[in-house]
Amino acid sequence: MIDSGSPLLSVEHVTVSFDGYTALDDLSFALASGAVHVLIGPNGAGKSTLLDTIIGRVRPASGRIVFKGNDLRAVPEYAIVRLGVCRKFQTPGVLDALTIEENLRVAVTQNRGAWHAFRAKPTAAERTRVDEVLAIIGLAERRNALAAELAHGMRQWLEIGMVVASDADLLLLDEPAAGMTHGEAEATARLIRSLAGRHAVIVIDHDMDFVEQLDAPVSVLNMGRMLAHGSVDEIRRNPDVAAVYLGRPREGDVAGR
Amino acid sequence: MIRRELGLVLVLVAAACAPLYLPAYELSLLGRFLALAVLAMGISLIWGTGGILSLGQGVFFGLGGYAVAMHLKLASADPGAVPDFMQWSGLNTLPWWWTPFGNPAFAIAAAVIIPGTAAAALAYLVFRRRVTGSYFAIITQALALAATTFIISQQQYTGGFNGLTGFTSAFGFALGDQRTQFGLYWVTVGIVAVTFVAVRALQGSLFGKVLLAVRDGENRVRFLGYDPLPFKVIAFAIAGVLAGVAGALVTLDLGVISPAMFGVVPSIEMVIWVAVGGRNSLLGAIVGTLIVNFGKDWISSVFPDLWLHVVGAVFVLVVTVAPRGIVGLMQSVRTRSLRLRPVTPPALVE
Ligand SMILES: Nc1ncnc2c1ncn2[C@@H]1O[C@H](COP(=O)(O)OP(=O)(O)O)[C@@H](O)[C@H]1O
Ligand SMILES: [Mg+2]
Repeated sequence: MIDSGSPLLSVEHVTVSFDGYTALDDLSFALASGAVHVLIGPNGAGKSTLLDTIIGRVRPASGRIVFKGNDLRAVPEYAIVRLGVCRKFQTPGVLDALTIEENLRVAVTQNRGAWHAFRAKPTAAERTRVDEVLAIIGLAERRNALAAELAHGMRQWLEIGMVVASDADLLLLDEPAAGMTHGEAEATARLIRSLAGRHAVIVIDHDMDFVEQLDAPVSVLNMGRMLAHGSVDEIRRNPDVAAVYLGRPREGDVAGR
Repeated sequence: MIRRELGLVLVLVAAACAPLYLPAYELSLLGRFLALAVLAMGISLIWGTGGILSLGQGVFFGLGGYAVAMHLKLASADPGAVPDFMQWSGLNTLPWWWTPFGNPAFAIAAAVIIPGTAAAALAYLVFRRRVTGSYFAIITQALALAATTFIISQQQYTGGFNGLTGFTSAFGFALGDQRTQFGLYWVTVGIVAVTFVAVRALQGSLFGKVLLAVRDGENRVRFLGYDPLPFKVIAFAIAGVLAGVAGALVTLDLGVISPAMFGVVPSIEMVIWVAVGGRNSLLGAIVGTLIVNFGKDWISSVFPDLWLHVVGAVFVLVVTVAPRGIVGLMQSVRTRSLRLRPVTPPALVE
């Protein structure tokens, strides 16, 4: 999984601790441009924390994260996004007071300065992108509805749409298919596969059927450390992974962050 | 949509014609309360749209008022003499920072720029530390107290508790003249109209949408690549400018500015006007300001000691029964009569 040449993202010996509890333990990880990568692991393994650390919501106690050659340690959260990282949260974080279309408009705009926002008219490209994403997530009909009015599954879709609309080089999707029906999850997997090449994507999930559809390499995180890497089949046959999953309550029983 | 715009134009025409049909006393009240509505629209922007509760808007109102009052004071003094209250304090030379206010253009510019800059500086210093919510409200409240205490203590420079008053003319117009009163009224109506249109356009812009999103969660906005700080600072500075303009207009209208007009209690009342009208609605800010202030005038004339109790009760009532204010109540009545069709705001991208 560690590519030769300089990767888009490299997580180097990152340790994160919360009040003495080590959530990420000397973790290293790298991702090439345009690659899709799946991260699985039991509840509390540190998957969301890894994404938090990449986007600057949590700062590592030691180690560093390099994105496109920039050391992210001292970069403010909003500036990390402007470098080209966009994240979908585990609990959908859409902008409730805005309409669906406005949510996408906020996400698609590349010039995110406050002064610019006074007079910002969407460019033709941004307008087209909003229409495309509305079509992809199937919310074109409801573009003027408030995001607050959406049911949970639709909120997931909208947030995925916002991440896609941002056109960032690295998309981080934290449990994108949670709470979706089988059909919706299939459509999500199709969408993620179609992003490969143009965007690098890290997908967190625990539903092996869903992971299988993504057709991408998988890493298993456990107690803040990488336990295994490989294809879905290799991971399925890995006895260490089976032990971790069997020895613990099933993932998804407790709502994570 | 068109019907609504038409309604607003009709209200504007009716307001502009008020000197034709309103008695002089009511007209002067209306003019003053409309000036206050300019400040209230600023509160609607920061509080309703941006979620920033300020209990110190009186400070910026006062800065605008003093900027104009200093000019009026110098214009009313005998040539070469210092203003009367300075003589009473034994001050015989004009402090250097008073001198430029002799220029009317400087004073008008200062009434806009000083409150705007002060508001921007306060917002930057506080919001940079990611202080939010009630902590910010308490800081602004403390600022209102500190500002009035300071002004009262510096009597020889500020006129102290009595403030600045005793003006004879304003920018070349006789202050007691009815034509001056009408002129000031029309200027006020014009400023209200321009402010309304400008703030509404701001709320409809990407800036307004991001500000609204900041209200509901700064972090989500950060992780979409927007820095909330400049959005909050700019919005707060705009509200500061609007408060300063209102202070200048009211000072011209009443012929006085004093600490009692913008201290802790008046600053809280300002928030109540907006809460009563409906903080999410710009129109609500105007309606609430007019209703509460005409109510205050009426109640104070009938039961002079009752006002503070009434305003407290009204505030509790609004918070508990109608958190979206009068405009919110009217909207829900109308939606119900339209068989509950959900109200969807106009699209941002046309
Ligand atoms: N901000 C935080 N403060 C304290 N503990 C945290 C915080 N974020 C995560 N944790 C803890 O770190 C561990 C890893 O959590 P998380 O990364 O959310 O796991 P998951 O793999 O389920 O996404 C959990 O034990 C969690 O309780
Ligand atoms: Mg998680």
